[in-house]
Amino acid sequence: MTLCTTNLKMKKEFKVIAELLPNNTRVLDVGCGDGSLMSLLKKEKNIEVRGLELNQDNVQQCILKGLPVIQGNAETELLQFPNQSFDYVVLSQTLQAFYDPEKVLKDLLRIGKSVVISIPNFGYWKVRAKLLFFGKMPVTKTLPNTWYNTPNLHMCTIKDLFSFCDEKNIEIKKVIGVNGNKTSLIKRGNLEIKNLFSKLGIFLIR
Amino acid sequence: MPSLAGLFFWMNSKLENIKNLEVSKPLKLDCGKTINNFPLAYETYGKLNENKDNAILVFHALTGDQFVTGTNPITNKEGWWVTAVGPGKAIDTNKYFVICANVIGGCMGSLGPRNINSDNNQPYGLDFPVITIKDMVRAQESLLEHLGIKKLLCATGGSMGGMQVLQFCATFPEKTFSAIPIACSSSHSAQNIALNELARQAIMSDPVWDNGRYVLKNVQPKNGLAVARMVGHISYLSEKGMEEKFGRKLQEKADYKFSFDADFQVESYLRHQGYAFVERFDANSILYITRAMDYFDLSKQFKGGLIEAFKNQKTKFLIISFSSDWLYTTKENKDIVIALNASGADVSYSEFVTDKGHDSFLLDEPEFLKTLKGFIDSMHNKFKNEKRI
Repeated sequence: MTLCTTNLKMKKEFKVIAELLPNNTRVLDVGCGDGSLMSLLKKEKNIEVRGLELNQDNVQQCILKGLPVIQGNAETELLQFPNQSFDYVVLSQTLQAFYDPEKVLKDLLRIGKSVVISIPNFGYWKVRAKLLFFGKMPVTKTLPNTWYNTPNLHMCTIKDLFSFCDEKNIEIKKVIGVNGNKTSLIKRGNLEIKNLFSKLGIFLIR
Repeated sequence: MPSLAGLFFWMNSKLENIKNLEVSKPLKLDCGKTINNFPLAYETYGKLNENKDNAILVFHALTGDQFVTGTNPITNKEGWWVTAVGPGKAIDTNKYFVICANVIGGCMGSLGPRNINSDNNQPYGLDFPVITIKDMVRAQESLLEHLGIKKLLCATGGSMGGMQVLQFCATFPEKTFSAIPIACSSSHSAQNIALNELARQAIMSDPVWDNGRYVLKNVQPKNGLAVARMVGHISYLSEKGMEEKFGRKLQEKADYKFSFDADFQVESYLRHQGYAFVERFDANSILYITRAMDYFDLSKQFKGGLIEAFKNQKTKFLIISFSSDWLYTTKENKDIVIALNASGADVSYSEFVTDKGHDSFLLDEPEFLKTLKGFIDSMHNKFKNEKRI
């Protein structure tokens, strides 16, 4: 099971996230993987990074790179981080994999002054087309797993996350859509079309 | 086997050849008494480099000593952490300067209950002051001064060694760049105090112990000390590990002997470990060191608790626990991580899955050793740069 997209796209996503974050801030990367994003943020933006990661091999990779990482489960172990102890909390393509994404999101907003979340967009036209024309659960480059082994329990679209934030009174500061190497700003005015043509949605909320 | 009197003499004569620092600076102990001009026995491995950025202080556990790796010159056995420390090992002595001192209260050359009390020219026995983990750590700080090391690359140790690491960082926050407390706790649990009490009661109920005065007669409460060690050995393993290692296997026999001899392999193992131990360790030292562990509660030393203990820490921490360790559980180790997080410290944490129990940190656990090496090497790179600036 893999949560991530291919390396190249991952790098694009990370670049977008890095651009959203100001220099010299304190950032917690929840589900930090092997520390690629943390390395980037530290090197390029002099950001003080911390990671939380469940997988032992990934934890080891981070430690070998000298990146501070705590082995643990974001679903149950975010409690250990004090209120507003980070300028930003980053959650890359993992929200949909939690049993209780709402609870996790609430915790992220408690820990960080702002939160950056990226989601694989279930509203992307190829995903929609696969379900519509083939009648089967979509398997794409962004969503490489089949229905029975996918870690994604709560798939959503960019539009869904917009509505969710409105419902929960979460302020949306900025949303960026990613498709391959192209990025675009998503506003309420162009939401319908961007929801169709973005593979990934990156939200800056608070 | 030499007689015990002979053994002590033989050990003492050997102890004369080991590295020993005479600490002249008076040390006021937590109990209120002061010790001065006391011996602190230590050993070093590798070389301190010109920039002095490669020094690693290792703290030993309850029954450990300063002989971390290579051959222990007193027992002629392998050093206690030969799996992790040595040329080409995780803590590579070709690259790093490794220092380890015998704790005060111990019996490998540092001031302990077997030493002569200058007040009456007799061995201290129970007149030895009750010491704490903090006392041990403060005594060892003198050694760094002696070796000319202002700031360590890393302080590390497992079990009671890990507690000393935590205490060292809390007491001397500027003295180490990084720290790896392994399989330990920031305050000794009720279960651990109970197990230590069991060990002490075993020693104190041996008539030979004689209120600690056995030292005057050059004997050792062998039976009590052996039982104390057996208790320890059980607590260092896990249920599953014991099942795998011994099961119900019989010791060199086809059937039960219908007696109280060591029929089972596990019994034979415990007896062997217990009685081998009396040849290298002093019973009163066990009393004093276990007491120091029981008194350890870092949160009690600071008004704001554990979070306050780590406030303004620049030290980079790596906390390590083992899944089957029921003596110093993952939960207890995680509590340290939580406190470090709450105080904003730079902390990493990793749990290793193993059946080997608390002993894991002393064994050849490849993933653990790889992580240990990776962390120290990356810290060395950072520390070098910091020193250059």
